[in-house]
Amino acid sequence: MNKYYFKRIAFLFVVAFVFTACQSGSNKQSKGAFGDSDVASKVYVPPGQYDEFYAFFSGGFSGQVSVYGLPSGRLLKVIPVFSVDPEKAYGFNEETKPMLNTSFGFIPWDDSHHPELSQTDGVPDGRWLFINGNNTPRIARIDLKTFETVEILEIPNSSGNHSSPFITENSEYLVAGTRFSVPIPQKDVALKSYKENFKGALSYIKVGKDGEMSIAFQILVPGYDYDLAHSGKGKSHGWTFFTSYNTEESNTLLEIGASQKDKDYIAAVNWKKAEEYLAAGRFKTFPANYAHNTYSDATHSAKSEMLKEVKVLIPEECPGLIYYLPTPKSPHGVDVDPSGEYICGNGKLSSDITVHSFTKMLQAIKDDNFDDEVDGIPIINYEAVHAGSVKSSGLGPLHTEFDGRGNAYTSFFISSEVVKWKLGTWEVLDRVPVYYSIGHLMIPGGDSKKPFGKYLVALNKITKDRYLPTGPELCQAAQLFDISGDKMKLLLDFPTIGEPHYAQAIPAEIIKNNSVKYYKLTDNKHPYHISSEDEAKVTREGDNVHIYISSIRSHFAPDNIEGVKVGDKVYFHLTNLEQDWDVPHGLGVMGAKNSEILVMPGQTETLLWKPQRPGVFPFYCTDFCSALHQEMQGYVRVSPKDSKVPIKWSVGDFEE
Amino acid sequence: MILAAVMLLGLFFSPLWKIRLEAPQYPNGVNMYIWINQITGDTPSTLQNINILNHYIGMEFIKPDSIPELTYFPFVIIGMVLLGIGIAFTKKRKLFVFWGVILMILGALGIYDFYLWEFNYGHNLSPTAPIKIPGMVYQPPVFGSKMLLNFKAISLPYYGSLFLVLSMIFNILSYSLNWKNWKK
Repeated sequence: MNKYYFKRIAFLFVVAFVFTACQSGSNKQSKGAFGDSDVASKVYVPPGQYDEFYAFFSGGFSGQVSVYGLPSGRLLKVIPVFSVDPEKAYGFNEETKPMLNTSFGFIPWDDSHHPELSQTDGVPDGRWLFINGNNTPRIARIDLKTFETVEILEIPNSSGNHSSPFITENSEYLVAGTRFSVPIPQKDVALKSYKENFKGALSYIKVGKDGEMSIAFQILVPGYDYDLAHSGKGKSHGWTFFTSYNTEESNTLLEIGASQKDKDYIAAVNWKKAEEYLAAGRFKTFPANYAHNTYSDATHSAKSEMLKEVKVLIPEECPGLIYYLPTPKSPHGVDVDPSGEYICGNGKLSSDITVHSFTKMLQAIKDDNFDDEVDGIPIINYEAVHAGSVKSSGLGPLHTEFDGRGNAYTSFFISSEVVKWKLGTWEVLDRVPVYYSIGHLMIPGGDSKKPFGKYLVALNKITKDRYLPTGPELCQAAQLFDISGDKMKLLLDFPTIGEPHYAQAIPAEIIKNNSVKYYKLTDNKHPYHISSEDEAKVTREGDNVHIYISSIRSHFAPDNIEGVKVGDKVYFHLTNLEQDWDVPHGLGVMGAKNSEILVMPGQTETLLWKPQRPGVFPFYCTDFCSALHQEMQGYVRVSPKDSKVPIKWSVGDFEE
Repeated sequence: MILAAVMLLGLFFSPLWKIRLEAPQYPNGVNMYIWINQITGDTPSTLQNINILNHYIGMEFIKPDSIPELTYFPFVIIGMVLLGIGIAFTKKRKLFVFWGVILMILGALGIYDFYLWEFNYGHNLSPTAPIKIPGMVYQPPVFGSKMLLNFKAISLPYYGSLFLVLSMIFNILSYSLNWKNWKK
């Protein structure tokens, strides 16, 4: 008995020792410095100095894009894209409401996933940032001169716009593959009829000279889940690669149902061929209904237009348009190396990264080396296209980016690590743990022809103990690594907004000098703008009261308004007359059911207010603009519905 | 002598004077340029921005249209140019001196006029100004720098004045060169 008791105590000691050893080990590692004392100086950007890179992080379920500086990890701006934002009145003021219009009407939220910078010759050029809305399929364009969302295009016949936008090397096209296959065109069918009725659509969105987007064509494909994509570059320019899963075509319990086949497919689309078929008239026109919303910096207003048809290519009628490359284990990310030769399929249920060769693919197509065909799409023999695999590199590979020096970096969700490996030899060179559960990773320009290299950002889904706890809901986070040497070095952790699903980064030099400082008042084409205080007025048209109001430090004109009645719709058209950098003025009205408005110098925005009861209601400037900001206020007198009080307005009228 | 006269045309290509306001919120300063015929800033809206700042202390708005000198000074300068060219052809030394003296008197008057405007803007303050500090006046210096509340105002001649100086130098040179010719 005694002996047994002693053994148990000894055993407990050993367990406790191993446990504490592990603990201190992991603590040391998680601090990330690896004994390198100058880590702090590598991310330190002195006060008043600028970061080297702009980084654009998607907000995931926040629906927005946040802009960070790298290497400091400082948050610079949150750009509202798919979700309303009361801070900037996006989706609340009359001017931006049309931006969120869809075939379902006004949708105040989406799930933003993949930011993508516009490219020229395969290199990010800093003109625009595109991003997909996953839930109600959309793509948005952000102008990087103003850092504002200027266009949103709805994608018809698509459902769950996940494999998007992934641009081509001269910004010819963005793509949008459907994550959920659905009946096309939509109809009321039994869910069990999946195999018979469900289809997928791969859409190509043309990007015009001024960035304007339009749907060039859609390809009707078998009803799989199209997960991610990347367009080719260099030698593979003219092709796009989409991963798919659920080639089992299961309509329920996909975690089992879609995980049965050993291999799913990467779809290789020859979009130059598609252009030929399009020009030859080999398309069908499908009726559709989708919104195209555009914002003008001249009118400071958005408009929404409903489009009614779309051109569709059917693979069976267009040979050579699309091929399937068998790829193991429900591939998630598909990434093309800077040379355009290697197509990396990250099989999320496996431990291997499968790499296909573009050259071998062209040869296999030439040789008709096909195993099978589905709905007119040839399935290329796996061995004929396979270049190599990175073996037993981790568990759950999701995404790969490149440093431009022949190395690739892959994120592993399940084993929570980043693995560096060599293109061509497929040998693992380095691995670092990430905290925790990485999704995408990002190297500035890391999906382009010429990566800027230097840093790698891990975008993690789970933080648990990394920061001070904030109740059950914790932040998600980014981790910055130095990849300039042989070994990756952790430099910095920083929390992010929403889910940092994916990100893009670009040297600040390319963008910062183009940044608009203020809008020229003389260029303001807003229908309700005024150019000076002398033009301020209040007019009534039936129940609509239009207040042409101006702001300048530190007053509104007019600031005394009478003659408004209960039941009126009162439009405050606020023009900010300032013409200097960083002098916005805001406007908040008591009892307004939308938000404040925040108006940049030279801009006009409109707040709709519906007074509900008689009385006197103040309005005031919400942005601390000047020494007398607190004095920047006014009153609206609201009279009963049947009142005879005439419309009257004034400012600075001190005497009766 | 012709060069001396023609130099004055330079006043139409560059400002005479620059007043710079410096404060922490304005890392690049706020610069106002005084020309022979106009007042400008770094951007088309600089004057508006200066007026917005000035209205807190009750200073009158600076409106170039309300300063008559900006309208008639250009004619005075053109007059001097024509006169100078005319005198050059007379080759009369005394007239050279005469022209030079007029130019110097005009220059001195110009600076005095500039001072008067500054005095007027600095002292003629609205009694209902939001910021009133007893005894404080906001007259910027003609030459040099001075703290005006949170702003450091720096007033210095600008490139245009160089043309004025060059004109005077050429005037003196033509006088002395002619002197030598005359002696021979």
